[in-house]
Amino acid sequence: MDKNQSRRQVASMKQSLFDQGLLDEQFIQLEGLQDDANPNFVEEIVTLHYRDSSRLISSIEQALKERNPMDFNKLDTLMHQFKGSSSSIGAKKVKAECNLFREYCRAGNAEGCVRSFQQLKKEYVALRKKLEAYFQLARQVGPQETACRSK
Amino acid sequence: MAGAAKLHVLAVDDSHVDRKVIERLLKISSCKVTVVESGSSALQYLGLDGDESSIGLDSVKVNLIMTDYSMPGMTGYELLKKIKESSVFREVPVVVMSSENILTRIDSCLEEGAEEFLLKPVKLSDVKRVTDFIMRGEGKKGIKRSHKRSRSDDSTPSLSTALSSVSHPCDLPSPCVSQKKSRLSI
Repeated sequence: MDKNQSRRQVASMKQSLFDQGLLDEQFIQLEGLQDDANPNFVEEIVTLHYRDSSRLISSIEQALKERNPMDFNKLDTLMHQFKGSSSSIGAKKVKAECNLFREYCRAGNAEGCVRSFQQLKKEYVALRKKLEAYFQLARQVGPQETACRSK
Repeated sequence: MAGAAKLHVLAVDDSHVDRKVIERLLKISSCKVTVVESGSSALQYLGLDGDESSIGLDSVKVNLIMTDYSMPGMTGYELLKKIKESSVFREVPVVVMSSENILTRIDSCLEEGAEEFLLKPVKLSDVKRVTDFIMRGEGKKGIKRSHKRSRSDDSTPSLSTALSSVSHPCDLPSPCVSQKKSRLSI
């Protein structure tokens, strides 16, 4: 694939992530922090997020298995951390699912928590896959596509 | 900026992702950065942890402390209180960051002496504004003020949350909707 074609594909992949409501302005903010010395900052942050959040996902899954009673406080605390990390990379839809989960926690609705967590995981995995594909292509195209800081 | 003194900022956050981001934001804003992951680590770094061996040593020099609010163990609020209780560090401006826009939380931080309260995710423009403010020397005036929050704008939080939920990447956030709550009019 020639460079120009790849560049167009990177741009359109990114636009699609925004159009689908998967990413928000925070992702753009992160891109604005890249420069020649730090050309892969966004990918590094996103990678870090997935590493940390996978641990939180496991903890939440474990906590959801405790049924009598379900520890809603613990779940809310874990989800708060997870939401914060998702918010920091601009994961818009995942963040919305987090909010829904926390509402179920606060309502003490165990089934609601379980269901919304299933949905959340779907969104989480889907975004991770798309971002992996995006960064893979962006790396091939080169730093000039994503770095926007002049200094 | 050769020759210009850099601000030394201590950043405190239990999230690894947020530590990396705040560090980057501060470095771009030409600051020297020390990042720690908890309130107790921050106190230890400042020599405020009551450890006998730190008495008599020269205090570390910090121009600004930026701390997350919700942290396990010691919250950012508790850390703020300890800093303001310290004779050595009470004049150091403290900025509290939180993903939750809770007025009572914001109020108590400002009343306890926080310079500013920033909503997460923190933007480069927020950090630049704060660091510029400190560089101009105005941050030092904070402790001498006796009045509380100068703006009591209850509609602002819901506006900013409403805007953020409909934000589109092509739209820039309106400059008049600020995500900060501050008793300073900058």
